[in-house]
Amino acid sequence: MRQLHAQDIEDIAVGAALLGTGGGGDPHVGKLMALQAIEESGPVDLVDVSEVPDEGLIVPLAMMGAPTVLVEKVPNGEEFPRVFEALKNYLGKPVFATMPIEAGGVNSMIPLASAAKLRIPVIDADGMGRAFPELQMVTFHLAGASATPMVMTDEKGNLVLFGTISNQWTEALARSATVVMGGSAMIAIYPLTGRQVKDAAIGGIVTLAQRIGEAIRRSRIESRDPLAAVLEVTGGLRLFKGKIVDVSRKTAGGFVRGEALFEGIDDYRGKTLRLQFQNENLIAVSDGNVLASVPDLITVLDSETARPMTTEALKYGYRAVVIGIPCDARWRTPEGIETVGPRYFGYDIDYVPIEERVSREWAKGGEPA
Amino acid sequence: MTYRLGIDVGGTNTDAVLLDEEGQVISKAKSPTTDDVTSGILDVLAKVLADKAIDRSMIKHAMLGTTHCTNAIVERKRLSRVAVIRIGYPATVAVKPLTGWPEDLKQATGNEIFVIGGGHEFDGRRIGELDREALRRIARRVRGRVDAVAVTAVFSPVNPEDELEAARILKEELGDTPISLSHEIGSIGLLERENATVLNAAVVGVAKATATAFSEALRREGIDARAYFGQNDGTLMSVDYAVRYPILTIACGPTNSIRGAAFLSNQRDALVVDVGGTTTDVGVLVNRFPRESSVAVEIGGVRTNFRMPDLVSIGLGGGSIVRQRNGQVTIGPDSVGYRIQHEAVVFGGTTLTATDVAVAAGHVGIGDRRRVSGLDPGLVRQTQGAMVRMVEDAIDRVKTSPEPVPAVLVGGGSILLPDRLQGVLEVLRPAHYEVANAIGAAIAQVSGQIERVFSLDAISREEAVRQAADMAREEAVRAGADPAAVEVVEVDDVPLAYLPGNATRIRVKAAGDLAR
Repeated sequence: MRQLHAQDIEDIAVGAALLGTGGGGDPHVGKLMALQAIEESGPVDLVDVSEVPDEGLIVPLAMMGAPTVLVEKVPNGEEFPRVFEALKNYLGKPVFATMPIEAGGVNSMIPLASAAKLRIPVIDADGMGRAFPELQMVTFHLAGASATPMVMTDEKGNLVLFGTISNQWTEALARSATVVMGGSAMIAIYPLTGRQVKDAAIGGIVTLAQRIGEAIRRSRIESRDPLAAVLEVTGGLRLFKGKIVDVSRKTAGGFVRGEALFEGIDDYRGKTLRLQFQNENLIAVSDGNVLASVPDLITVLDSETARPMTTEALKYGYRAVVIGIPCDARWRTPEGIETVGPRYFGYDIDYVPIEERVSREWAKGGEPA
Repeated sequence: MTYRLGIDVGGTNTDAVLLDEEGQVISKAKSPTTDDVTSGILDVLAKVLADKAIDRSMIKHAMLGTTHCTNAIVERKRLSRVAVIRIGYPATVAVKPLTGWPEDLKQATGNEIFVIGGGHEFDGRRIGELDREALRRIARRVRGRVDAVAVTAVFSPVNPEDELEAARILKEELGDTPISLSHEIGSIGLLERENATVLNAAVVGVAKATATAFSEALRREGIDARAYFGQNDGTLMSVDYAVRYPILTIACGPTNSIRGAAFLSNQRDALVVDVGGTTTDVGVLVNRFPRESSVAVEIGGVRTNFRMPDLVSIGLGGGSIVRQRNGQVTIGPDSVGYRIQHEAVVFGGTTLTATDVAVAAGHVGIGDRRRVSGLDPGLVRQTQGAMVRMVEDAIDRVKTSPEPVPAVLVGGGSILLPDRLQGVLEVLRPAHYEVANAIGAAIAQVSGQIERVFSLDAISREEAVRQAADMAREEAVRAGADPAAVEVVEVDDVPLAYLPGNATRIRVKAAGDLAR
């Protein structure tokens, strides 16, 4: 176990933006919530998965709804005790700890804010190892865990307890309730036992986010190459370095789909990269060769600072480095690929792990494997 | 024949122009920007009116683009103490007002914070009833302890009702204490809009003093004109309005240059490269207005989200200092600024500047060329190349498509640049390029802007845009535009992601010439 202070939160927020692979909502508001909670109640205890008691009740927390609403209608803070209280009464046992459902984007910060306020630990783990748009896209789902009983509340005090027959039903019902509550709501979802967390969660992910943020911050202070630091920490591969020459977006069914075209610079001169996204970055193709696809992580970083860029920030003229990071092994199982693989998102290609698609030579600027 | 006077305060120089009704330049002048800003304005005013033939009684409009408010925030000086009132409880208190503000700025503005019930949802439903009693309690508590009030309600850009009602109640209790309302200042994004509103309230005092000084200066010069302030979207505010919304004057300088460049070159869509004494700003002209930035902008260490021109600024200007180290040439980012008249080599000084190199290369014929005749031709070539690359790189960053577009070069330092630039269809150098910013201030129109979230399940997108456009036109007329001349200049709609129900944020801006 170790304690997280304000600087750690800042670093985790940067790492969370990177693990958000272009989506997941800007962690900024969540970060401010966590910083205020720490200022008022003291630092957060971060515990390793191995330290969790098998029988302990673990409740992941997240915001559901539109990030645009969240930045306008910021939560109250009392949503945290309310959802935990409701689950405690329903399940008949107290909450031992919380954890992020997704380590990428704004939802990386919500459990930290709640943990500081309620003085409970946060487990150094999540259910995605990144950000995904739908409730069933978690490793707990692969392991057969149920998203319910799930509790949803708003800042006004309304509270809904969901019991559903499948995680797809949870997604549909919760999405509707979110709109009625005003477009953004707090959810406690996938209540797990410590045993389930040990079996199904992706461990060490909060620490990874922190190390990413720290690497970017330190390399700036020490005038070192921030990109090399990020790749070292994440085990990632450089996919491309280029200038954005075209961006197109369209909205369908509440999701923003689009693509950005990069023209190579430096080592990648003469090549192009096509990056397709649906809230998150999904697939990167260079001159007909798929370099990486979901569920592997694809993130666009500013070419100077290595700061992660969201899909909304992609504009003509930006110079960026595109990196790929291998996803958790559980996403590479047949069930994992079925849940979050390229075909689920509408791309007619097989999933091939990034390490097999991208050679070390390509990552240094040479030819693909 | 009536005249318009335009004054723009830049980082290095304060510029002034006098235009006639046809937009012809009657007189122009430059004077160094001073630390107190006001005395520089007085100097340039005297210079631009030096010609005795000018009939001062015919100057009917006077426009000022100034940095007074920016400086007050950055230097934390002369700021008003502000009662910060947020309407939206029980929502929002997980992040309290002024979170993330630098401590010195918090103290300088009084750090009086209140969060009360009220506010709306994204679709216009209420979060709760406005807590009128709390407003009266707050008013009584802060009376005499603050100089201004900032009111921010949740989703006020969708429905401003609670902010307007709060203003009415506070006025009853506090009389003439200035009240800033967030829906008139920023867009969706509570914390950033609230920050901008608080900063606005904090500079109301500075704006009032500036307005008084400007009006007095005009009177002393025998000018009886209506006075306006330039704002950062390239349009004007009457002095009454500017004193209420002074934060909108921040960054009006680059905007004035872009608008002035549009006017002088008669372009609607182009790039504008404004080379000053210390920096070069590259911006984009879209339909005669500057393209606005969509990312959060920090002012004095505070994150805000209000309208700012989307610019790339680089440290290259006429006064940029040129150095040679180990065979490598560096340019800027430091500059001799307005002291170029004494310190540059061609003017008899000893500091090698970008201007000296341009003279040595034969591109510019100012100062004494013989003084730079001994410069190493390699150095000259290298420096020229580096300057052009810096500008071409900046141009490439602001462009939205690879197609070459015309670029309008303005600002006193633009003589440094060649007639061909990569990615540029055609380099345009209009007459009076060196005072384009003051011209931009002089020709500015009046605008109105609205931003609302519409549910496109209930009405069509076209109908929503039409409603928004009507509201924007009304805003423009209220700000002083001629109702017959107002047109919609910008429509922007952004669908809200992760939400069903087709909620779409629509932003419309309308602008028109001043009513006579």
